[in-house]
Amino acid sequence: MDTTAAASHDTRAGIIETRTARGNRTFLVATLVMALMFVVAPFVGVYPVFLMKALCFALYACAFNLLIGYGGLLSFGHAMFLGVAGYASAYTAKNWGFPPELAILFATALSALLGLVSGLIAIRRQGIYFAMITLALSQMIFFFCLQATSITGGEDGIQSVPRGRMLGVLDLSNTLVMYYVVLAIFLAAFLLIHRIIHSPFGNVLKTIRDNEPRAISLGYDAERYKLLAFVLSATLTGLAGATKAIVFQLASLTDVHWSMSGEVVLMTLLGGMGTIFGPVVGAFILIGMENYLASFGQWVTVITGVIFVFCVMALRKGIVGELGAWWLKRGK
Amino acid sequence: MQIFGIATQALFGQLLIGLINGAFYALLSLGLAVIFGLLNIINFTHGAQYMLGAFCAYFLLQGAGIGYWWSLLVAPIAVGILGIVIEKTMLKRLYALDHLYGLLLTFGLALVLQGVFTNYYGSSGLPYRIPDELSGGFNLGFMFLPKYRAWVIVASLIVCLATWFVIERTKLGSYLRAATENPALVQAFGINVPRMVTLTYGFGVGLAAFAGVMAAPIYQVNPQMGANLIIVVFAVVVIGGMGSIMGAIVTGFGLGVIEGLTKVFYPEASNTVIFVIMVIVLMLKPAGLFGKER
Amino acid sequence: MADAPVVATGGSVAADAAAPFFAVRDLNAWYGESHVLHGVTFDIHPGEVVTLLGRNGAGKTTTLKSIMGVVPRREGSIVFEGRETGKLASNRIAHLGIAWCPEERGIFSSLNVEENLLLPPVVRPGGMTVEEIFELFPNLKERLASQGTKLSGGEQQMLAIGRILRTGARLLLLDEPTEGLAPVIVQQIGRTIHALKKKGYTVLLVEQNFRFAATVADRHYVVDHGKVVDMIPNAELDRNMAKLHEYLGV
Repeated sequence: MDTTAAASHDTRAGIIETRTARGNRTFLVATLVMALMFVVAPFVGVYPVFLMKALCFALYACAFNLLIGYGGLLSFGHAMFLGVAGYASAYTAKNWGFPPELAILFATALSALLGLVSGLIAIRRQGIYFAMITLALSQMIFFFCLQATSITGGEDGIQSVPRGRMLGVLDLSNTLVMYYVVLAIFLAAFLLIHRIIHSPFGNVLKTIRDNEPRAISLGYDAERYKLLAFVLSATLTGLAGATKAIVFQLASLTDVHWSMSGEVVLMTLLGGMGTIFGPVVGAFILIGMENYLASFGQWVTVITGVIFVFCVMALRKGIVGELGAWWLKRGK
Repeated sequence: MQIFGIATQALFGQLLIGLINGAFYALLSLGLAVIFGLLNIINFTHGAQYMLGAFCAYFLLQGAGIGYWWSLLVAPIAVGILGIVIEKTMLKRLYALDHLYGLLLTFGLALVLQGVFTNYYGSSGLPYRIPDELSGGFNLGFMFLPKYRAWVIVASLIVCLATWFVIERTKLGSYLRAATENPALVQAFGINVPRMVTLTYGFGVGLAAFAGVMAAPIYQVNPQMGANLIIVVFAVVVIGGMGSIMGAIVTGFGLGVIEGLTKVFYPEASNTVIFVIMVIVLMLKPAGLFGKER
Repeated sequence: MADAPVVATGGSVAADAAAPFFAVRDLNAWYGESHVLHGVTFDIHPGEVVTLLGRNGAGKTTTLKSIMGVVPRREGSIVFEGRETGKLASNRIAHLGIAWCPEERGIFSSLNVEENLLLPPVVRPGGMTVEEIFELFPNLKERLASQGTKLSGGEQQMLAIGRILRTGARLLLLDEPTEGLAPVIVQQIGRTIHALKKKGYTVLLVEQNFRFAATVADRHYVVDHGKVVDMIPNAELDRNMAKLHEYLGV
């Protein structure tokens, strides 16, 4: 039956992750509910375009959370993976005639490579230094993309990216088909992330996050683990960016700008770092907010900033994190 | 006349621009270094506070007819007081937590400040006239040196070196250096360390605002002026060594000059040269050129 | 329940009747979740040298830190010269006249010797002058311009003690001043403490080395598991060796 949870509690990240049968069941049920909601959503009046945007960002945030919530590393440069993958998938789909699945795969692989290179540079440093390095690397990429107009289109970006036919069969120019493909990609990646977190690798990673000296004394090469987490995070971020470029048929400088790095930090913080559903919640709230407040121009920036401040001062565990903590307190 | 195939006018012109940029890099990274040294927080709001300094000068002139020279004094104090308020109400509560929360808070505050000002003032620049005493320039033969530009360089150098002197060579500075190393012990000696922390943050912010006033006549007053600058300044601070005062000054001026020279000889790389240098320095000496391993 | 300290048979009973010079009652302290002090209680009379003896981890350093107000959380009563200090911030406690020389000495590497020496501000009149400190510690005079941490262990200890003598503090908290030092230096520190006692300072000393403690102290309190479990006047130390060995796990 139910065994008492062997919990690992991290006050910074938030919710207690359980590795029990009950924990797993809760997760599966919740995922199923979430998946069902998404499947049904277009039919209850939610715009598929909005949903696709939110899902891409949700994937971005989940990938980012893998690094910060479970790896304990704050990257301020993830935009480079999102944007470069976007450019790669857009370019290959438009100029090399890649079918969408190939474009996305290629872009994701490129992201992994970029993740490896930047990770090797950045991982030697900790905490704030790490964040600064990732930010600067991302800026280099930004300026490169700005200037390499023959590849990236500079300020105009790459436009009119064809949706294509996925696997030769699925006509992605049909919005609903595109939507379910995006949903499938998101769910697959989401489950993959969950699997990674609860694997032996994930457990070691969490140990490193909580107490690196101890992990090292236990014989683990902390830098290797952190690097792998970084690369995984970069790869999945690339997947999100590549998919987004196909969906919106556009790759632009916005995606490599450092504000895009800041946005994903906020989504994850707001939703709950170190929780599996937090980033999804955070992404949907922020994208939803941007949508509805689009007419208010720069006030979106202000509100984003206010939410940031509020989360740091009062809501550190994020929405899902606080809910989870409250729920657990009730249970006792 | 030509040097290395480049017209001397163009070369020295770019060098001057590089020195000017370097002056601002130095002032801003100095403020960041002072704050980081004692508070262990990356003050992401620094760029916005620089912008506030410029706007303060603009408001003082438009609203009260108060000119440049007074603004140099008033703006840093006003923005510094705002900084003190931020520190006392928000930053102080984060010291016990992971340092990254300080980064996130100041990032959020930067967004708020920038967003508010962009809403009211758009993103195009507002003009600020060079004060009459500093208009015009000197013809040096190989180049034309505008008076205001020369003033900026000299004033920045003086402020930077004065700050360095106070921190490294005076009793007040010894309190600051000691508190950076071991705040609990310094407080146990009877010094009100929390108040020192607050004032230090205020001072660093004041430095940013001071730079903002000086920037107003050159770069024009616009809400985005800090955002574009702050990332480069971060790179400067990382290269110089976070928390190193001399590192911030030397690296700031030096990188400005290097950036200027790059613009002359290899313009495509001028945007990224500082970041490339940062990567190289980090691979070879992770603590930065003047930094100590923490 | 806090253990009451054994009343000194060699000390003056009348001293306890007056307003306490320094009294700790039921001091509890925590590092986060960890409850380290469980009701420490003891007295110090003016001009005394009192030691806290005990094993590693018994809570001796934590007691000093709690008196100085540098532990994250403490409860209980600490009265110094009639004033309750249990809830004060450490800088206020310093201004009342208590000074602390931590176990790790705390010499600042970004300051030179002179800056280190002059750093603690004068909080009350009556402190030693710099010249008087140089009389106690001649080595320091020659090394004024050196970087603080370039000094030898013994010199750093001199500096750490010397700098709090200028402040005018009357109660000195010394945490393991002889740790890791050569016997010659240990003797010098012993002479220093005697000299301080002559000048009227009161010293609370944490020591693992009870043989050294015996050469300078008037009374010894034994700390075990965060509590004061015994008090042994210096005169009776030999008689109580076996008991002491048991407390210290030697």
